[in-house]
Amino acid sequence: MYKLLLCVRYLRTRYIALASIISVTLGVATMIVVNAVMQGFSHEMLDRMHDIGSDISVTGLGLDGFPDPEWHMNRIREVAGDDIEAMTSIVVVPAAISFQFNGQWITRHIDLVGIDAATHADVSNIGRFLQHPENRKQLSFLLRESGYDTRDHEGGADAKERLGLSPAGWEYRRQRAAWNQTRPQRDVMPEDVPAAADAGDDGAPPPDLFAAGRPPEAANVFDPAKQQNVGVVLGMALASIRDKEGVAHFMIRPGDDVRITFPTAGTPPQAMSDTFTVVDFYESKMSDFDSKFVAMPIKKLQELRGMIDPLTGVGNVTSIRVRLKPGRDLNDVRDKIQAAFPMPAPVRVSTWRDQQAPILAAVEMETVILNILLFMIIAVAGFGIVSTFFMIVVEKTRDIGILKSLGASGRGIAGIFVAYGFSLGTVGSLAGMGLGLLFVHYINEIAGWLGMLTGRELFDPAVYFFHEIPTIVHPFTVSWIVGGALVIAVLASVLPAIRAAMLHPVEALRHE
Amino acid sequence: MSNVEIQSSKSKTRGKVPGPHIKLPKSAKSPDAASAIAGSELAAVDLYKSYRKGHNEIPVLRGVNLRVGPGEMLAIVGQSGSGKSTLLHLLGTLDAPDSGEVYFEENRIDNLPSAGRDVLRNKHFGMIFQFYHLLPELTTLENVLMPLMIAQGVLRYRFCKQKNVRQAKHLLDMVGLSHRLKHKPSELSGGEMQRAAIARALVAEPDVLLADEPTGNLDKTTGEEILALLRSLNDERNLTIVMVTHDGAIARQADRTVVLVDGVVQEA
Repeated sequence: MYKLLLCVRYLRTRYIALASIISVTLGVATMIVVNAVMQGFSHEMLDRMHDIGSDISVTGLGLDGFPDPEWHMNRIREVAGDDIEAMTSIVVVPAAISFQFNGQWITRHIDLVGIDAATHADVSNIGRFLQHPENRKQLSFLLRESGYDTRDHEGGADAKERLGLSPAGWEYRRQRAAWNQTRPQRDVMPEDVPAAADAGDDGAPPPDLFAAGRPPEAANVFDPAKQQNVGVVLGMALASIRDKEGVAHFMIRPGDDVRITFPTAGTPPQAMSDTFTVVDFYESKMSDFDSKFVAMPIKKLQELRGMIDPLTGVGNVTSIRVRLKPGRDLNDVRDKIQAAFPMPAPVRVSTWRDQQAPILAAVEMETVILNILLFMIIAVAGFGIVSTFFMIVVEKTRDIGILKSLGASGRGIAGIFVAYGFSLGTVGSLAGMGLGLLFVHYINEIAGWLGMLTGRELFDPAVYFFHEIPTIVHPFTVSWIVGGALVIAVLASVLPAIRAAMLHPVEALRHE
Repeated sequence: MSNVEIQSSKSKTRGKVPGPHIKLPKSAKSPDAASAIAGSELAAVDLYKSYRKGHNEIPVLRGVNLRVGPGEMLAIVGQSGSGKSTLLHLLGTLDAPDSGEVYFEENRIDNLPSAGRDVLRNKHFGMIFQFYHLLPELTTLENVLMPLMIAQGVLRYRFCKQKNVRQAKHLLDMVGLSHRLKHKPSELSGGEMQRAAIARALVAEPDVLLADEPTGNLDKTTGEEILALLRSLNDERNLTIVMVTHDGAIARQADRTVVLVDGVVQEA
């Protein structure tokens, strides 16, 4: 009983010990904040990676893909039908995209992905990143009339207006076609000139081009004001440049035509080039993805690349994407499917996590190292407790002698100080938990406030793409941190407690 | 006391080996010793104790023999530095002798394991000191309750709390401190602190009260009051008291006085 009483009394009278516990409080708070932000970031990132990809991919070994996707899908359904929600096939090839901006042709490297607009949405959530509300419901490669979001629909309430997306769609395409007719055809690619500008073969366009240049009765002539090429969906970062404020400046808009060059199937591959019409942008906010992928209808891509078997009319695909029913174990299903295609089969089965393994490993590594470093801060705080406690033991030497003369055992005396350390640890780590959770809760307000104070935006949306700092608080992580801090506080009090227990009663009583 | 069976575990528990300059004591309970301790409440047989200062051994006690009968009030006098306090600490098992034996109710206690000595100090000995030695963080009442708190765990203390508090209040009433229950030691006068210390020493109903210069830090009148209190405890409760003092006038109040000279006890 005396242990409790004295422990409580010391707690209330020794504020220096509370000061030593502040370091534990701060350490715990820091760890909670850092873990919440790290987990928030990585969760957001993984979520987007997952939405862009699919649960499981069955991928061919080469660019030419593997034949008869239907047979493969049936085979997959045979071995893992219960686990599978939906499947779709895609073709992925490296390609180059060219478009004109400010009178200059810009060419960029991309991955051209042929998707089946009807079934792709069953497998991947990439639709949620599109800019046109209708496309988010059901993707279509036909250009929409207008109505593209001029606000980032995932950007929160204070997202900046994107003037570049209005006008867009047919509205914009017609304006542009009309504008093009009023001026010399210098932004047309060289190959287009013979087809589109046959009328003006004498070099300088005649002044009455607008009136007479395009005979309306020529039905086979492509009319950009009324017709579109095959539609493509571009990544936001391919189409726009961000400035320091995070405002996107568009180089192309939905309704513009672009030229894409890609290799044909067969050996050796030939360069194949065609004109496409941009119908929408996707924005996953992960610049790696947003500057890389361009989606188009799979049938058209198979046709252009010559992947369709002329006898059966079935096209090769490079990959089959599979979505699992919720709650199924990714690796388990992957292994089942892989077993159905034993080694010499020209397909590899991988989960989306396998595909992102390097970045997942990096994030995990970062988290572990950061936690070790931060935990060392708490350990340092532990040494602070050790020295404070030694001071208190020295200060209380006579009291310890008195207690021993009254029959208190060494173990009981040690118990006072360990209980004292435990209660201080509890106070410190719980206060740290409160502080940390409060900080996490108001982290965006704090970041904004600090930004105002220092005149520098701490969380720059131009850099991070998220409109606010994502945080996730895992109760498990929090309890682990609080428990760890408690253990350190108790361990730190053990040494001084042992010293107190070993004091000789007579010498302790004589202590001045 | 039921600790007789632990008597043979001397070196294991003490860890202190007699220095080479000291004559090895006779084996325990020699016929002499047996007759010396027979019927005694507290007895010391051939106690040796020295302190080490640097390279020098300073012998303090050189073969002390002492016998305190039940209900006796004994005063030990001697000059400062003569080893009176050391002797009292040895009797109270706060310290262990280099050689020699201490008996309580004819049971050897100086070689008990520390847990046994803790129980002894808690339940059978009450101690008061020159500087009162109250715990500064606690109130008078809590200080008096302390031996009971040490003896009882949290649950048992809660269970017995009313009885404990009643007993402590009764003792504080007896020493005349019933109006000071909630005061901290720093708010009490020297005499009041010593009264509180006496109440604390008595709360566990000990068999022996060991007093180390109980009046040494008090003015004459207050000292006499304290002494009268001890005297009445001895008379009314038949409490065995061993009191150490350097003041012959105070020692005269005791039933018997012994003098500690050159590390040896002589009857006065």
